Amino acid sequence: MTHAHDPSLNYLNCRKGLRSWLGTLDHKRIGVMYMWSIIASMILGGILAMLIRAELWAPNNGDPAQAVLSQDTYNQFFTLHGAIMIFLVIIPSIPAALGNFVLPMMLGAKDVAFPRINRLSYHLYLIGAALLVVSILTGGLDTGWTFYAPYSTTTETSVVVAVFGAFVLGFSSIFTGLNFIVTIHKMRPPGMGWFKMPLFLWALYATSIIQILATPVLGLALMLIAVERIMGVGIFNPELGGDPVLFQHLFWFYSHPAVYVMILPAMGVLSECFATFSRKHIFGYRFIAYSSIAIAIFSFIVWGHHMFVSGQSQLASVIFSALTFSVAIPSAIKVFNWVATMYKGSVSLDTPMLYALSVIWLFGIGGLTGLFLATLSTDIHLHDTYFVVAHFHFVMVGSALFSFLAGVHYWWPKMFGVMYREWPGRIACAVSFVGFNLTFIPQFLAGTHGMPRRYWDYHPMYEPYNKVSTIGAVILGLGLVWALVNLLRSFGSGRQAPANPWGAATLEWMTPSPAPPHNFDFAPAVGDPYDMDLVRYDESIDGYVPVRPHPDDPHIPLVEPAEQEDEQ
Amino acid sequence: MSQAKLAHHFESVEQQFDTAKLGMWIFLLTEIMFFSVLFVAYTVYRASHADAFQYASQFLDTNLGAANTLLLLLSSFTAAWAVRCAQLGQKRGLMLNLLVTVVCALGFMGIKYHEYSHKYHEGLLWGGARHSIFKADPAQVLPEMKHGHEGGGESVWESHHVETMDPALKKQVGIFFGIYFCLTGLHGIHVLVGIGVMLWLLWRASRDHFGPDNFTAVDLGALYWHLVDLIWIFLFPLLYLIS
Ligand code: HEM
Ligand SMILES: [Cu+2]
Repeated sequence: MTHAHDPSLNYLNCRKGLRSWLGTLDHKRIGVMYMWSIIASMILGGILAMLIRAELWAPNNGDPAQAVLSQDTYNQFFTLHGAIMIFLVIIPSIPAALGNFVLPMMLGAKDVAFPRINRLSYHLYLIGAALLVVSILTGGLDTGWTFYAPYSTTTETSVVVAVFGAFVLGFSSIFTGLNFIVTIHKMRPPGMGWFKMPLFLWALYATSIIQILATPVLGLALMLIAVERIMGVGIFNPELGGDPVLFQHLFWFYSHPAVYVMILPAMGVLSECFATFSRKHIFGYRFIAYSSIAIAIFSFIVWGHHMFVSGQSQLASVIFSALTFSVAIPSAIKVFNWVATMYKGSVSLDTPMLYALSVIWLFGIGGLTGLFLATLSTDIHLHDTYFVVAHFHFVMVGSALFSFLAGVHYWWPKMFGVMYREWPGRIACAVSFVGFNLTFIPQFLAGTHGMPRRYWDYHPMYEPYNKVSTIGAVILGLGLVWALVNLLRSFGSGRQAPANPWGAATLEWMTPSPAPPHNFDFAPAVGDPYDMDLVRYDESIDGYVPVRPHPDDPHIPLVEPAEQEDEQ
Repeated sequence: MSQAKLAHHFESVEQQFDTAKLGMWIFLLTEIMFFSVLFVAYTVYRASHADAFQYASQFLDTNLGAANTLLLLLSSFTAAWAVRCAQLGQKRGLMLNLLVTVVCALGFMGIKYHEYSHKYHEGLLWGGARHSIFKADPAQVLPEMKHGHEGGGESVWESHHVETMDPALKKQVGIFFGIYFCLTGLHGIHVLVGIGVMLWLLWRASRDHFGPDNFTAVDLGALYWHLVDLIWIFLFPLLYLIS
């Protein structure tokens, strides 16, 4: 606080040493640590994915000698790949890493409501990740990321440690959500009504609601798996009169909403990108805001679409199917509004925008194929085939992960104060996009021809699809590594980032890059988050500056006092 | 009595207090969702096996359950009173009320321990437990669980003819006890946490940490404690009073 006015100090260099990071209460540092941890987990999960694809390069003809991995190893690898990518990468990616970093800044606040709980959340993430690693080292895990009973209560692998890890990760996620809800409710600056919030915050708010309401259910369901294994309580064990389908209900009651924990914040990032890079006011602000809430609400009542073949009642299936279709409406509303935002905008194809545009295609396919799966008669055929695998990769990797990358590229200058090089960034995005489609489009085809998921071997008729898919995976991997290398190189050779490189009007850009320790040296005034006329391009810094700077701080636009008064 | 410390990221003490309170309410919401898993399991099995639940519930001691209910109600009252004392700056009243709350909670756990050990000795456990008398195969029930106790009384195995009980019924009785132990166990863990919180508040109260401008921690601790009580208020009739 004493050094708040020294302009050379920012949140990165104000304190040094590992302990100043691990023990920090600063939301920006916590967000950045989350980001690196997530990237590290992604590399681990990615290596597993490559091994899975290597195994599927050619059929084994039932002969273990021809296989790259043994059956057991294969089962463990796809389980760990899924568990790591879902619990350690995609779920925390946007909320915990990017959300933590920008949410308080977008509110003009100094931190989240509960900085200690925020730090606890990150520490729980580390503990949960460590437990998953311990489970790998103590017998592995071969249940699939879904932990279905009764297999999960009987297999020899180290399920107890793994479910405990997932439980701890759940609390990490709950605490992030709790913090965000309270921060958004209680720490909005004067003048920022709900409908003056950036859409990313609406998205995070909706996400947080899901996190606090759905995650505890998974937590306890997984604890019951552990209790079942340790003490044989029998709630999910048919031999003792229990019901394994009950576990599926509990699991999907969390895990369907969880897919919206992945996609809602991703949609929030996209709303920011489309507005900023079209240099136009976002189209249909209220529709986008309300559709986030609508998706969050719907997400709680459709879980049964994962269980059409589980033996649940037909009536339940019909209702779940109909409700599932209705989720498509708010999802489509968002896409239409993004496209309308670009219409007649001055669109610039910077790297974040390229990722955002990719997502329109990828989410389009991912979402629409969801409708085939939501249709009862087609799902009977498609369930547990590669069609489902392709569907959820389109939405989780193609949409959520690509949006995360959009966000990382978008906020990178604010995080580290340096610009990465545009062209390599764009090309890496294009390579990933091509690789992604090559990997997963063939899986739709293999799936419609009946190739089941989660097997170590396949009928030779599926070989062409798998060949293309493995080649695509290599290209995708290269694209992602390239993007990472390009980002990392900016530390050495990137040019100094201006406060507002893209010309956005949300508050996080109204402070120097990287941000000062307490975000703002001067409390910013609140304008319309999408009023692009507040800022203008300044060639001398290759960035944007307020059209009418505030006399006390050149980064902050002067908002009409009259305008401010009506809001208060 | 000390003033509340204002953290650097808040504008005012009121904002800080409101924020903490909202945070607690949301946390309680997650707690409710947490317990709801077991309530759902309870509902599902009770709906499909009403008779087994009714039968099994007779093994629970209603008097002990009622005593525990009273203890928790009293402790909720003193917890609320403690908040009032903190607001009025009455240190002695605050400490006394916190103390009574802790004593009630300990009494609750004492009774719970007594109930648990009684169940364990009678083998009133879920089917998968080593000492259970409700195992699917009667031959696997441990011999010491079958026969009378040193004190002379008949074992439940004998008095309720568990050997010849309808196997389907027996399984569901086992499920009842599985749910009973999970629910009351999870609740018991929350009571233990509550005792820890109350002791911490007591320690802080003794060091004059609270006062009319600074009672957030007491308020939040009491809120948590009310939820723990409330859950028991549901558990008691659902488990003990089925008939
Ligand atoms: C437009 C909306 C969507 C619809 C209608 C939809 C529909 C479905 C249906 C019906 C299934 C079950 C298929 C089966 O197992 O037979 C499914 C699976 C899945 N979906 Fe979606 N989905 C949608 C969006 C998403 C999104 C946005 C995500 C994630 C970000 C997602 C992730 C998943 C996952 C992970 C699975 C498979 C889980 C597993 O069995 O391992 N879906 N989807
Ligand atoms: Cu779903």
